[in-house]
Amino acid sequence: MSTLESQPTAHGGIDASLRNSRSTSAFRSGRDARRYWMILSICLGVGILATVGLIFYNNPVPVDSPSFMPVVKRRLVAVVAMFIAALCHSFATVTFQSVTGNRIITPSLLGYESLYSFIQTSIMFVFGASALVNFSGIGAFFIQVGLMITLSLILFGWLLSGKYGNLHLMLLIGIIIGTGLNSVSGFMRRMLAPSEFDLLQSRLIGSVTNADSEYFPFVIPLVLLTVLCLFLMSNRLNVLSLGRDVATTFGVRYQANIIFILILVAVLMATTTSLLGPLTFFGFLVAMLSYQAAPTFDHRYIFPMAFAIGYGVLTTAYFLLYHVFGSQTVVGVIIELFGGLAFLIVILRKRSL
Amino acid sequence: MIKIQNARKWYAEEVKIGPLNIEIPKAGITSLIGPNGAGKSTTLLMIGRLLHMDEGQITVANMDVSTTKSNDLAKVLTILRQENHFVTRLTVRQLVGFGRFPYSKGRLTREDEKIISKYIDFFELTELEHRFLDELSGGQRQRAYVAMVLCQETEYVLLDEPLNNLDIARAVQMMEHLRRAAEEFGRTIVVVLHDINFAAKYSDRICAMKHGQIAAFGSVREIMKPELLSDIFETKIEIIEGPYGPIAIY
Repeated sequence: MSTLESQPTAHGGIDASLRNSRSTSAFRSGRDARRYWMILSICLGVGILATVGLIFYNNPVPVDSPSFMPVVKRRLVAVVAMFIAALCHSFATVTFQSVTGNRIITPSLLGYESLYSFIQTSIMFVFGASALVNFSGIGAFFIQVGLMITLSLILFGWLLSGKYGNLHLMLLIGIIIGTGLNSVSGFMRRMLAPSEFDLLQSRLIGSVTNADSEYFPFVIPLVLLTVLCLFLMSNRLNVLSLGRDVATTFGVRYQANIIFILILVAVLMATTTSLLGPLTFFGFLVAMLSYQAAPTFDHRYIFPMAFAIGYGVLTTAYFLLYHVFGSQTVVGVIIELFGGLAFLIVILRKRSL
Repeated sequence: MIKIQNARKWYAEEVKIGPLNIEIPKAGITSLIGPNGAGKSTTLLMIGRLLHMDEGQITVANMDVSTTKSNDLAKVLTILRQENHFVTRLTVRQLVGFGRFPYSKGRLTREDEKIISKYIDFFELTELEHRFLDELSGGQRQRAYVAMVLCQETEYVLLDEPLNNLDIARAVQMMEHLRRAAEEFGRTIVVVLHDINFAAKYSDRICAMKHGQIAAFGSVREIMKPELLSDIFETKIEIIEGPYGPIAIY
């Protein structure tokens, strides 16, 4: 023991001041905390810069022209959509990984995205292209969100609240349902005419251009409220991330809390998927990067970091897409390229997950 | 007092625990001993409300563990399982600080900080308090976990095999700490042990289990008898008188 104790600073610079004051901080050392705030400001700065760029850069009309503001407004819709996507995916993924105690899975496993593509595909298959085009508007949007939340409620209610309630069984069933829905929609897609398929495909790839500002008055308050709720539950999430037994020992009603939290996750995932389409790996990459940038257990610090990284990545990717690569590439490709590189770098540096 | 009435857990037709009836008095250390699969951990987990029992009733300090609000129980009773693995990296101090959750709900007051420091010092972890758990040796980590549950300042403390994977020195050190915790802080500690001699030396009472039933419950001298232990462990066990009390030879 003495050999280990004699070199405390070698293990990552523990501040002398922190040592003397003897208080419990979310970060191990002042250095970690400073690094956190620095990375957070850089990500926010990049996000803001890219936002300004997206709105004003390369505007085809001059500032004094009367059509300047309409162009800005149109671009603003895309930016708001990115804001919502970043909020939803970052909060949903971090929360989901914490309550499941697993950092290499995403809430997509519960089958929201498969259900989304199943709904879209079956409308096209059964009712034809005109029905799919007409299946938009607030009613259709809320039907989809409602269906996805209902699916997860059934899944959670059935598998989590019983005597044999088991989170991993629920995940497994979620994956099976998702795969099943995917195969059925895959089958239906093969029977479509190429033109119909093309129309459908544009709906099935997540993109901010899918977003319709008509939904914003409902979606923004809903998302903000859900996110606020999760943020205020940070302390409880911290304990829940220690697992069922430890959380119960500390007096947290595990089952009830898990179901409530998973419903909030379902609201976020259903909303963003219905609004923008599936973005399967985005949340996963954002969460993974934010754990690196925020070395703490405390969700009060992880959440803002995850959002800042998510927003920064999305806006930067779209800015590059529109203004550097000339909008020829799908943004998902860019996100996955940079995300994949970051993933590899992290694994190579840490030599483990 | 921990009162177990007709508690039973049936895993399968051949694996039945209970019905158990026992009253564990307040204060001191009570050890649960017995062969593998006798139901020691099951009993402990049922008392600690981590395992749902199929039938019966368990009360701790007159609170029914199945019906009392979890947060109220968390101020009376705590339990530490054998395996603890967390997805997040925690420092020793952060871990021990979680023990204050039933009171502070995550917002640590100055009073909480003092209590956290007290238990960190008690378990000789002062120098290591800002180390991450994965930077500790097995013995240090085990002490940190026990510090966490003691920091909860509950009257009843249940520990499932706290000596698992500890060498002799660490095991002795851990039992000394628990002994002191029972005496200095007036805790009632129930602990699952595998080593009869550790149980004999450090506990006030021993509860021996076999085949899902309580085979014997009493003071150390009452349990440390060759016929009784030989029967429970199905091995020839002899008892000799050592300098600190009875010692089992097997």
